[in-house]
Amino acid sequence: MKKPVPGASTLAAPKPQKNWDWRAASNFIAGGAGGALLFFASISGFEPAPTRMAILFALILIGCGLTCVWFEIGRPLRALNVYRHIATSWMTREAFVALAVFATGGLAWLLVQPLLALLAGIAGLAFLYSQARILAANKGIPAWRHPRSVSLMVATGLAEGAGFLACVASMSGASISFWHALALLILIAIRALVWKGYLAGLTAEGAPEGALRVLDGIAPRLAVFGHVLPGLAVAAALAGMPGRPALMFAAGILVVAGGWFLKYTLVRRAAFTQGLAVVRLPARGGGPAGPAVKPGWKPVPGAKAG
Amino acid sequence: MKRYVMTIDLRRCVGCQTCTAACKGTNATPPGVQWRRVLDLETGEFPEVRRAFLPVACMHCGDPPCESVCPTEATTKRDDGLVAIDYELCIGCANCVMACPFDARSIVHEQHFAYGESQMTSEARRFDPGRVGVSMKCTFCKDRIDEAAVTGRTPGVDPEVTPACVNSCISGAMGFGDINDPQSGVSQLLAQTQHFRMHEELGTEPGVYYIWDQP
Repeated sequence: MKKPVPGASTLAAPKPQKNWDWRAASNFIAGGAGGALLFFASISGFEPAPTRMAILFALILIGCGLTCVWFEIGRPLRALNVYRHIATSWMTREAFVALAVFATGGLAWLLVQPLLALLAGIAGLAFLYSQARILAANKGIPAWRHPRSVSLMVATGLAEGAGFLACVASMSGASISFWHALALLILIAIRALVWKGYLAGLTAEGAPEGALRVLDGIAPRLAVFGHVLPGLAVAAALAGMPGRPALMFAAGILVVAGGWFLKYTLVRRAAFTQGLAVVRLPARGGGPAGPAVKPGWKPVPGAKAG
Repeated sequence: MKRYVMTIDLRRCVGCQTCTAACKGTNATPPGVQWRRVLDLETGEFPEVRRAFLPVACMHCGDPPCESVCPTEATTKRDDGLVAIDYELCIGCANCVMACPFDARSIVHEQHFAYGESQMTSEARRFDPGRVGVSMKCTFCKDRIDEAAVTGRTPGVDPEVTPACVNSCISGAMGFGDINDPQSGVSQLLAQTQHFRMHEELGTEPGVYYIWDQP
């Protein structure tokens, strides 16, 4: 049976990217959360046992993400070539930072030494930031190249890291202070605001209709399960309701799940390509030239082109 | 310093796809991969409808985003303006594919042929395993440009050193040459016409100019 032929103008319209599948998405999902968890573990002030547990978990998350992406690349045996272009490539920088993460994180896990843990935490933050910049450097994907995508990736990574720390603390019996809970609540609020700002900016400046449809579609679920419910759980813990560890665990899981849902959507489902366009249709025969054509984009009055 | 660019006169293109076929024949790209495509744009609503043909490929940008994101330095911008890929360095991470706003790059992860697993004679002769699992795209037929540098012939004038798509164009819609030479065909043509570069607002300085009208 013959495959259906795409409509004439659909070939020029933005299409969902197909080159980075769940394996690449896993690197952003797990790696960002792991980097932030490493940072919060380093400044948590927890006892050595839960700190070590958090550091180990963070390293496992980052390692799993990098392993997934290794399985995705076309020539895995040449993977070390990734270290060749530190001048401009955020992927190269991420790879160098990963070395620092595992070196300092591994030593911090072994020795539980505060300075080493802090260095590992800073490396974790750098890893998270590198990942955000990898996405933003991709001019071919409008939903990624928007300047606010960097703050969105960092904000959700930090919220996920704090969420994971809450889970680790709840499971290990570490004392969760008022300040730990307040920090998680603030990070949830920041992520909600940054997400709202990102979506508003993307809509105002223009993006492929498909990308906006996907992102608008997840907004209610993200608001309820990623922000409101975990926010209420943390608020209840702060208010002194009984069962603080369980409340913090539930809040942490919801924050992480919300962030992973957001990142998977951004990397996989909302990643529509730029598509092709003409500034003017050509003059043909005796007729005049025609207007601009940009299939798959909704015209935005006053928005800059792109 | 030379800066090779391509001109495409949208008024002349008839959508015959000869350039697409010439590119495929010259570069032996695998099934499903076309470094050069001609899109058929139908726009408007009856009775105000229009149709135009839009040849697209790598734009050989002056500030190529694919080059800056590449972690391996496999993608480079040459002094003559061509954006090239070293297949031996590329790890197939697809970061350049995401960075390109022109859908110009592709990666084939497994070798396959027009009729499944078995190769036709022509495919067997020209199959390049070095292009499996790595990023690939239009090269502006760089082997020919390199030959021009050695022989002193002029790309865009001498067919032997001109990209295959330009040579094949039946309507003379495509031109090629050094835009830094005011006497070149492309410089003269651009001086006499109205033109644009696609997605110029993204700041990549594409090396393909689309002509749409007289001044």
